[in-house]
Amino acid sequence: MSTSTAAMAAAPGGLHLVGRRLPRAVFPAIGAGAVAATVVLYVLAPITSRIQFVLIAGALYLIGQTVASIAVEGSRRATDRGVTTLVYLAFLLAVIPLVAVLASVISKGAQRVDVNFLTHSMRNIGARDAGGGIYHALIGTLEQIALASLLAVPFSLLVAIYLVEYGRGRISRTISFFVDVLTGLPSVIAGLFILAFYILALEQKPTGFAGALALTILMIPVVVRSAEEMLKLVPNDLREASYALGVSRWRTIVKVVLPTALPGIVTGVMLAVARVAGETAPLLLTIFGTDSINFNPFSGPQSALPLYIYSQAGQPQQVAIDRAWGAALTLIVLVMLLNAAARLIARLARVR
Amino acid sequence: MATRIDVSGLTAYYGKFRAVSDIHFSIEPKSVTAFIGPSGCGKSTVLRTLNRMHEVLPAARVEGRVLLDGEDLYGPGVDPVNVRRAVGMVFQRPNPFPTMSIYDNVVAGLKLNGTRKKSLLDERAEESLRGANLWEEVKDRLGRPGAGLSGGQQQRLCIARAIAVEPQVLLMDEPCSALDPISTLAIEDLITKLKSSYTIVIVTHNMQQAARVSDTTAFFTLDRTGDPGRLVEMDRTEKIFSNPTEKRTEEYITGRFG
Ligand SMILES: Nc1ncnc2c1ncn2[C@@H]1O[C@H](COP(=O)(O)OP(=O)(O)O)[C@@H](O)[C@H]1O
Ligand SMILES: [Mg+2]
Repeated sequence: MSTSTAAMAAAPGGLHLVGRRLPRAVFPAIGAGAVAATVVLYVLAPITSRIQFVLIAGALYLIGQTVASIAVEGSRRATDRGVTTLVYLAFLLAVIPLVAVLASVISKGAQRVDVNFLTHSMRNIGARDAGGGIYHALIGTLEQIALASLLAVPFSLLVAIYLVEYGRGRISRTISFFVDVLTGLPSVIAGLFILAFYILALEQKPTGFAGALALTILMIPVVVRSAEEMLKLVPNDLREASYALGVSRWRTIVKVVLPTALPGIVTGVMLAVARVAGETAPLLLTIFGTDSINFNPFSGPQSALPLYIYSQAGQPQQVAIDRAWGAALTLIVLVMLLNAAARLIARLARVR
Repeated sequence: MATRIDVSGLTAYYGKFRAVSDIHFSIEPKSVTAFIGPSGCGKSTVLRTLNRMHEVLPAARVEGRVLLDGEDLYGPGVDPVNVRRAVGMVFQRPNPFPTMSIYDNVVAGLKLNGTRKKSLLDERAEESLRGANLWEEVKDRLGRPGAGLSGGQQQRLCIARAIAVEPQVLLMDEPCSALDPISTLAIEDLITKLKSSYTIVIVTHNMQQAARVSDTTAFFTLDRTGDPGRLVEMDRTEKIFSNPTEKRTEEYITGRFG
């Protein structure tokens, strides 16, 4: 094998198996050239914006690289390099907003978040007072998310199982259609629905539970869709292997199919949790908000982090706006912690 | 414990498509029967009708009778789940459960059907792994994932899993086609050993394999693509390979067609 390869490479007549490549050092040089050319342009022409500087330098780099690559390596490799560079640029553009949001929330919220902030409510604190905290909102959010997940996850899993494992024909298509419709439902409509049909028509009081109901409506389509995709990915071989052992269909689903799809399902659930954890509009109409601590989601109004952010950020005093940033940072960290915890649990459930 | 199988008037459909038509044959207890024939002639289809796995696919259905020791698998009120406990199956591609350890894979059939007793499960796991000639290779890592084994080991794990539920009949659909020659030999040895306790039916594309392991060989074919497959002849393996009755069979095993 190795001798024949060597013989081929040495063969006269040349198959041109080895193409010419640009040396690595060329690319930083092109980059430096592009920046230098842009600086020159800055001196000569009245360009002022920094964004323009970056765009012009980027475009010049792309042109320079393409010309050099065509000259040395041919057009196929030049196209490859050009597209690769564009992909990196697009990636950078996509990451900028994410990093910018995180950075500004951390820089504005970090100084406000401390133990006192996390363990005190807004009871007897006026908008102008510097103290106060988010304890009541944190409790509210945790309880509402937990309740909504408790309602939405089992229900959505059953729907997904029906759609993938049992559903055939018209019923399944109809359910699928309604799940799609639900996916596009504006969140305020979910809140209005609970307000109209639970609070007003059934004469209930606004409570954390009413908020959880609205969040449930928003979670269901996300969990159904993602669980459905994950269940479809489970190879049919595994189902057949289980049937062939004389295991019934339902046990096969519970003991073989679901565990195999579990990591993906957990991800989907966490996406849904992350989505509803930041919902404001439906809570506005269902939990009403309060400044005091209310541990009981089934009676009396509750607060929630997004609602707290909304009400604090709407006030003119800097102390209130600082509280809003602190709550925003807490909400982001909370969602990330929940996510990490869920992944850890899913990982522990796996055999190694 | 092993069981005889009598098939009569068996026709299997995928939706409107008739895959095999009017099959008749009998299989003796504690024998190895090989199904051979060109691709698409319905060997897998017939095999899967023997434990009611055919109907797992949507719109697939079966006509005719399959008697297991005289009892019709397709009779009224027969529960396919019970049929599959009596007739186990090993698939072409090894398919251990990826979320389970080696141990849990072997006892999956028992556990999923409600056996809890640890001592019984332990005993059956060792027995089945020994039966599948895999015990020595895995006894120190029973808690590791089954998917971490080599292809040949995985296939033997699947055989161990199938025999752990103590079926009467073992169906194998090209169990060696994804394996290297050494693993293939290991499985063939295993089949010869298992014959003393089970009735075995094996689909194979490898004629030497059919000649080596089987007592009886059934040759299937189809006349044209789109036509249903049919059973051409079934006889003692030596006879099929030395002096078959039908011309089609001879042409196939001498490599003149298919
Ligand atoms: N799931 C299926 N759906 C529709 N047709 C199928 C399916 N499986 C097999 N068939 C058809 O049934 C015929 C027999 O297939 P099969 O039993 O797999 O043949 P073999 O195992 O002998 O190669 C073929 O024509 C094949 O295309
Ligand atoms: Mg086949």
